[in-house]
Amino acid sequence: MDWQALWLSVKLSSITVLVLIPLAILAGRALAYRQFVGKSWVEAFIMVPLVLPPTVIGYYLLVGLGSQSWLGQWLERLTGQQLVFHFSGLVLASVLVNIPFALQPIQRAFEAVPHDVRDAAACCGMSKLKILLKIELPMVWPGVLTALVLCFSHVLGEFGVVLMMGGNIAGETKTISISIYDSVQAFDFGAAGTMSLVLLLFAITALALTTSLSRRLGGQRGANHR
Amino acid sequence: MHSVTGLGKIWSLVFALGLSCCVALMPAVSRAETVPAIAAAANIKFALDDIVKNFSAETGLKVRVSYGSSGNFVAQIQHGAPFELLLSADERYIHELHKAGFTRDAGVQYAVGRLSLVAPNKSPLTLDAELNGVKNLLAAGKLERFAIANPEHAPYGERARELLQKLGLWDGLQTKLILGENASQAAQFAVSGSTQGGIIPLSLALAPQFKALGQAIALPEELHGPLNQRMALMPKAGATAERFYQYLQSDAARAVFLQYGFGLPAR
Repeated sequence: MDWQALWLSVKLSSITVLVLIPLAILAGRALAYRQFVGKSWVEAFIMVPLVLPPTVIGYYLLVGLGSQSWLGQWLERLTGQQLVFHFSGLVLASVLVNIPFALQPIQRAFEAVPHDVRDAAACCGMSKLKILLKIELPMVWPGVLTALVLCFSHVLGEFGVVLMMGGNIAGETKTISISIYDSVQAFDFGAAGTMSLVLLLFAITALALTTSLSRRLGGQRGANHR
Repeated sequence: MHSVTGLGKIWSLVFALGLSCCVALMPAVSRAETVPAIAAAANIKFALDDIVKNFSAETGLKVRVSYGSSGNFVAQIQHGAPFELLLSADERYIHELHKAGFTRDAGVQYAVGRLSLVAPNKSPLTLDAELNGVKNLLAAGKLERFAIANPEHAPYGERARELLQKLGLWDGLQTKLILGENASQAAQFAVSGSTQGGIIPLSLALAPQFKALGQAIALPEELHGPLNQRMALMPKAGATAERFYQYLQSDAARAVFLQYGFGLPAR
């Protein structure tokens, strides 16, 4: 069991979720309530990581952010830190790859908030921020929770992107899925089996938890907006 | 409605707090600064693991080794991977990097690799140095899958291809080949039981972890180009990496390479 790799993966998943979920709440709300020209194009573009092979994303990040590219060089000068082959690069990659996983459930949840509820709140003189915090967030919470669990689990198992741009450096970019791959190649099936089982149990628990929580939260609102 | 609002808020708080704690409590990997990252061809894994253990016991210094395919590491180093030392399965890659200005110098040869023919337990494949067993099995239509490393970017795959071409087996095996992403994965495939065998580095076939899974024999070196394994320091290499580089050329390290079936370069 490679604890360092598991820890790194949990850290990566946590930071990705912390960065991504607040952004997804703002973007999901905007996409749900606003109509603008080219909206369907924006929505389509956001879904791209869902259908793109991870190796393709990994390749573009490796070449686009590497020390050979102007963007990579500029970022390195800016932060004093190289993104590729570094933990921060994995965070960036995970955020990009998980945009659809975060945005979809949240946007759907916002779309399900009844118009008249928001209108009533606005009529009562509540500010936009207050409406978001007091009315909307409690109503879309199951969607946010689904997004959170989906992203967390998805980052935990990310393999292709990490393999392409991580460089498999222990304590820096060697995540649990890479460690499983390495163990198998070193004929260490015991370690690979243990780590796989941990991930499997985590995935099942996370999904069960989300389902039951959204059902409870949804049920308490008296109506399950889906 | 009020109670629900409260509940939602409490949940959001619990989650946000939980996650913040998770991230805040995570120890920074400060050791990473002093422990150099070293890239090594997959075929030397077992030998190098032993050497690293001895090196750390002797000096108290630590190194972090990433194993993979030499070709991949070259691509990553060209895009700025922070490795301080590369142990390649082939000298050509080191020369390429050196020409492009990515290494400190032309490096040194540290071992000479050898190929071996392997078969998993219960395989119908009989092992011999001329690969007659492979020929016969192929002719009988009983050879369904045969593993080698990818000849496009793994030196051991390239040499396996040369050997098979020399023995006139390459064309016949085309539809049977399973390609490992690197020498380790090829070894993994060769004894997985889903193939009848494969050609892998002798150093992996001699590893204790391998012995329970299959049989192996060394193949004649005349049948393929030399596998001169070369290493070089990167311009940014620190003191620990330099010391390890010296240690790899010491008698103690050479003895371990010898034990894992490598030939040794002349000094």
